[in-house]
Amino acid sequence: MKRVNAVVVGAGAAGGIVAKELSVAGLSVVLLERGKWYTAYDCRKDDLRNQRTTVLGNAFGPEDEGNPRVWVDAQGGLHTVLPSEGPYQNDAACVGGGTFSYGAQAWRYMPQDFKMRSTYGAPEGSSLEDWPISYDDLEPFYEKAEYEIGISGDYSGAPFLGARKRPLPMPPLPPGREFGILEPAARRLGLHPIHIPMARNSVPYNGRGPCMRCRWCCGFACEVDAKNGSQNTVIPIALNTGNCELRTQCMVKEILTDDRGRARGVSYFDERGHLQEQLADIVIVSGCATESARLLLNSRSRLFPSGLGNRYDQVGRNLQGHQYTGALGYFDFDTYDDVGPGADIAICDYNHGTPGLRGGGMLANEFIRLPIHSIDHLPTGTPSWGLGHKKGMRDWHRRTIVIIGPTQQIPSAEARVTLDPTVKDKWGLPVVRIQGNCHPETYEIGDIQAERAQKWLLEAGAIGTRLLSQAQNAEKVTHGTGANKGSPPKSHSELIPAAQHQAGTCRMGNDPQGSVVSKDCQVHDIDNVFVIDASVHVTNGGFNPALTIMAVAYHASAALVRNWKGTGFRS
Amino acid sequence: MQSGRKAGVVTRRQFVAAGAVGGVAAAIGCKAGGKGNWEYLSDQQANVLAALCDQIVPADEFPSASQVGVLNYIDRQLVRPYRRHQDAYRDGLAQADAISRKHFGRGLSEVTSAQQLEAAAALEQENGVFFNLVRNHTFEGYYGSPRHGGNRDAQSWRMLGLAEPPALGRAQYDLRKGATS
Repeated sequence: MKRVNAVVVGAGAAGGIVAKELSVAGLSVVLLERGKWYTAYDCRKDDLRNQRTTVLGNAFGPEDEGNPRVWVDAQGGLHTVLPSEGPYQNDAACVGGGTFSYGAQAWRYMPQDFKMRSTYGAPEGSSLEDWPISYDDLEPFYEKAEYEIGISGDYSGAPFLGARKRPLPMPPLPPGREFGILEPAARRLGLHPIHIPMARNSVPYNGRGPCMRCRWCCGFACEVDAKNGSQNTVIPIALNTGNCELRTQCMVKEILTDDRGRARGVSYFDERGHLQEQLADIVIVSGCATESARLLLNSRSRLFPSGLGNRYDQVGRNLQGHQYTGALGYFDFDTYDDVGPGADIAICDYNHGTPGLRGGGMLANEFIRLPIHSIDHLPTGTPSWGLGHKKGMRDWHRRTIVIIGPTQQIPSAEARVTLDPTVKDKWGLPVVRIQGNCHPETYEIGDIQAERAQKWLLEAGAIGTRLLSQAQNAEKVTHGTGANKGSPPKSHSELIPAAQHQAGTCRMGNDPQGSVVSKDCQVHDIDNVFVIDASVHVTNGGFNPALTIMAVAYHASAALVRNWKGTGFRS
Repeated sequence: MQSGRKAGVVTRRQFVAAGAVGGVAAAIGCKAGGKGNWEYLSDQQANVLAALCDQIVPADEFPSASQVGVLNYIDRQLVRPYRRHQDAYRDGLAQADAISRKHFGRGLSEVTSAQQLEAAAALEQENGVFFNLVRNHTFEGYYGSPRHGGNRDAQSWRMLGLAEPPALGRAQYDLRKGATS
């Protein structure tokens, strides 16, 4: 196969951007994706089989057959888990990755989120660190992501967020009924509500129309293609340059190295299962936190006996996601307006500044809920089945508001991804083993966030509330709602909620002994291999990570292009 | 996956259309001799499951679980993603029937609704894992997408007051009547 300048592994949020930036700069690129390229036509509005409610499997990969992982519980017990089960920590496997079906909240992290250690100090037992880059370094790339991917929303009136040079390219969608209920209540509490920034067209943008506001949003593909991911923005641009070739259903086996310690390309199984080699000057790994770490660990050779970039046993450590906590409010009037995407109001008042605790998180109302999401969300005391439950569904499905948010996790080096010594996937490659949890302080602040959400709901007129914290959170690992239950037993203390927001396994840093990649996402050990995705996040902010993944990808791509010397790579 | 699902639809429709007692279902895993109307369940198991499902979502002014095809849903999934639950269903349904026979002297499908309710509660006590499985699957079939064989005509969504077919677009039109206010 023809040698190319760059091979990018994974066509998700980051991989798509890297492929676009490099191919526009004139590099020849092969973009490998293990999943398929679905289109908006594949949106099947399937309440039971999507990326959020997965009782009948994942709609956009990976399939339950042949893609196991191993989860280690707190007692050390090993469980082989399916992609549709919570402990698997699934994201997606398709062109666009998570951005094909995400809820599309597109937040910038706050300046403090890049300086967690110097802001707060690291608690004992944690691996809390500062990023080697700052908010100001990323600001131009945040802006680039907002304009190229297409973000709607309105940041005005939020005093806590970092400085920005330009407003968002699109206005927010007209507010829904929940916004009308929650906004005045937040103001009365002295909070600063804003319209959530969303990678969703509110007006025609990038050649596609606006959101039609249907009921099937977070976890589904968009039927009218109004949701903006890498699959309908940067990847088509990359392909249009003529410099980029996308190969789908290609599973990368390992990164190949030569005897001088440089990468020479990758080997992968093509869609027919045949082993192929793609030689390249540089290799970019963008497979998401678990799979990127897995590929590095699976790439062993004489010079890299414990895997690429793993000289100091850092690859796979600091796995993190978000602690989703909040509250459910019951109202004596209809709060449901059947208008998607549902989530439209957020506060960032509690992302930082809680006395005695580190960080916090954004709180927002939940995406529009389907009937299946309500079955375990009825008021306490409602029978769990029978006539009482049926009546409860009629009484309450249209009368609830959920306020919930991603509390920033305090990372731990012991929450990690390693290779399982025995279990293999359908290609015969060792699968990941997931173990450990974030630092316990995360739970303290998560519970406080839940109480804050409850207070907001009560102010808005809720006649009853239910906290969605700790124990309840365990069943929401994929931050779906109650209908999504894997079979292994779960509790908050043994299961790290990483899932779609997984990050941290190939930490960015200046110290080669305490991190995996440099601030430009270059693996310390080997100068023509890069990890560009959420794996490099040192900490994961108190926000949905997609826009930050994109901004980091633009930042790293800019450095790559800047240092590109025609062939080979020296920085 | 896709083709398998499609084949399932055809099979069921053929059964319904012909009113036939099929050979295909028997081949997939019905009990020997119990040529039934289902892909996995025997007719006897289906009756027990129907009794159970109809206690989990009973009829009131809106239909019960079995009336909107929840059995159809569960049966179809038991030869697809829920193959892994086949053993649980085989044993659990036998247990439910045995509970009824012990307390009331007859199988679960043959006793009164009040007795079925009692038996269902007893099953929940004795085998909470299986009962919870049936509960969740029943709700999926009742409140989930009609495409999987349950929630016929989206009746549960109508019960909850959701527009069906859904009204789409910012200006919500009723396509049957034209633009409304």
